Amino acid sequence: MATRPVKHSGFLWVALVVLLVGGTTLQVVLEGKLQRPATMPGVHWIQSPGLMRRLTVGFNAVWADIYWIRAVQYYGGTRLSTDEKKNFDQLYPLLDITTSLDPNFNIAYRFGSILLSEGYPNGPGKTEQAIALLQKGIREMPYKWQYYHDAGFVEYWWRRDAQAAADWFLKGSKLPDAPNWLEPLAASVLAEHGQRDASRALWTQLEHTGEHEWLRKAAKRGLMQLDAEEHIELLEPFIHKFFDMNGRFPKGWQELTGSKILRNFPVDPAGFVYELDPVTGSITVAPNSPLFPMRSRIPG
Amino acid sequence: MRSIAIIAGGVFRDSIRDRIGYGLVFFSIMLMASSYLLAQLTAGQDVKIIKDLGLAAASAIGLFIAVFFGIGLVTKEVERKSIYSLLSKPVTRTQFVLGKYFGLVLTLLINLSVMVLAFYAVLLYFEMTTLDGAKAAWEAPALDPRMLKAFALIGVELMFITATAIFFSTFSSPFLSVAMTFAVYIVGHFGEDLKNLNAIVQSVVLPYITKAIYYVMPNLSALDVKSAVVHGLPVSGTSMVLATGSCLVYIATLLVGAILIFSRRDLK
Repeated sequence: MATRPVKHSGFLWVALVVLLVGGTTLQVVLEGKLQRPATMPGVHWIQSPGLMRRLTVGFNAVWADIYWIRAVQYYGGTRLSTDEKKNFDQLYPLLDITTSLDPNFNIAYRFGSILLSEGYPNGPGKTEQAIALLQKGIREMPYKWQYYHDAGFVEYWWRRDAQAAADWFLKGSKLPDAPNWLEPLAASVLAEHGQRDASRALWTQLEHTGEHEWLRKAAKRGLMQLDAEEHIELLEPFIHKFFDMNGRFPKGWQELTGSKILRNFPVDPAGFVYELDPVTGSITVAPNSPLFPMRSRIPG
Repeated sequence: MRSIAIIAGGVFRDSIRDRIGYGLVFFSIMLMASSYLLAQLTAGQDVKIIKDLGLAAASAIGLFIAVFFGIGLVTKEVERKSIYSLLSKPVTRTQFVLGKYFGLVLTLLINLSVMVLAFYAVLLYFEMTTLDGAKAAWEAPALDPRMLKAFALIGVELMFITATAIFFSTFSSPFLSVAMTFAVYIVGHFGEDLKNLNAIVQSVVLPYITKAIYYVMPNLSALDVKSAVVHGLPVSGTSMVLATGSCLVYIATLLVGAILIFSRRDLK
């Protein structure tokens, strides 16, 4: 009777396996033959954080996680892309939605501000957006001294505005849980404007207090960039010495080692040989070094 | 009381026969599998995301069970005509509605408990396999017992949704009942928007209407402390008690309404 269970023969099981294998094989063959359309730029369908908040009734936090993953993937994908013109335009909207969906998403404010301020081609170099993101974090969690510290950091390191940086550090130092080094840091930034020591102090504090491995890595990279700046300053007199001897800049490091001015090719703290411009004699980190691009040199 | 317990037991047995438990096993496996995948994608926010995902999954799975099983509790009995044999026994319609309600609540609470165990098992694994240095970045411990507060309030919310589903199913078609139950859930989470509508609309009357709806409808967002517990923020016992108390009053209201409507319904 049709209502009773039917025991199928082994043939149907074999057919099932064959069909599955056949379908997969065809898919693999098809993959090689398909003509891919030109890559479409990433589309961000919902731009409004308020609308997104309402659409995710009761599940805001998990959607914030999805948007955070999207932001990190978007930043990483764009940074590693080989496009001539890298477009980071969607980074801030993604971070804005992330932090609107979960206003307590601490790392999205802190790491997001670092990603936004990172100079092109490693990031969009949008310091005003980084500050705006941190200000949003301060509105949500006014007790977080870390956001004041990060805003001061953006002002000092990327915008070169020592006064604005000191103002942020001072405001942060007034908060109940602020560390005791924040107020002296404000003074140090103002007193040593343009000096590398203040920058080193900032990066070192971030390395020690960074709540997350990524923040600590960013701090280590910043410290290595400062080391590279010092190396470059030490190397410059050798370039000038060569110029005085030959009336031109060296074509490469081999001319300096050949003429016994240098013993070895100089390498940056990440282990990459510095680039020497034979026309201007200027020294920079190599484009393939993780320290590239360096911010423009600190005077003094 | 005995009749209510017998009907509730029947609902619980039916739910096991309907294989709701399989969904939970699937939930647990997905949670564990996603933990490993997400750890690679989230820039160190793995524990936060596992917590968010676990709480959201418990809430969403519970919501669907409450809505779809809650609606079916009464309508299926009526459609299959099995209610005639049930009501021919010494069972009142009040006992029938309450028995169905408590049966599904029992199922939901047991399901929720299984999800809590699976959730903490995943977090325990993370706790054991994470280096101390990485743990320093966590806003709250992986096995933070405060997350039980969120689960408790999810349970209260599910009890409310079940009552809403049963209420609508006593007088409406299954499709409409599902739509209206979800509508109540959504409006319940839009409380603040309803209350503050006067800030964005020009109308004089509309803000009064929405404010009235705000006070009449339960404020389900008060039961949503998922984000707070994940970030290790304090959740006061007073607010939990008030939110739960308010919800229990709504549940009682809905059940009384459901009993009144179902008692007057002509089942012929």
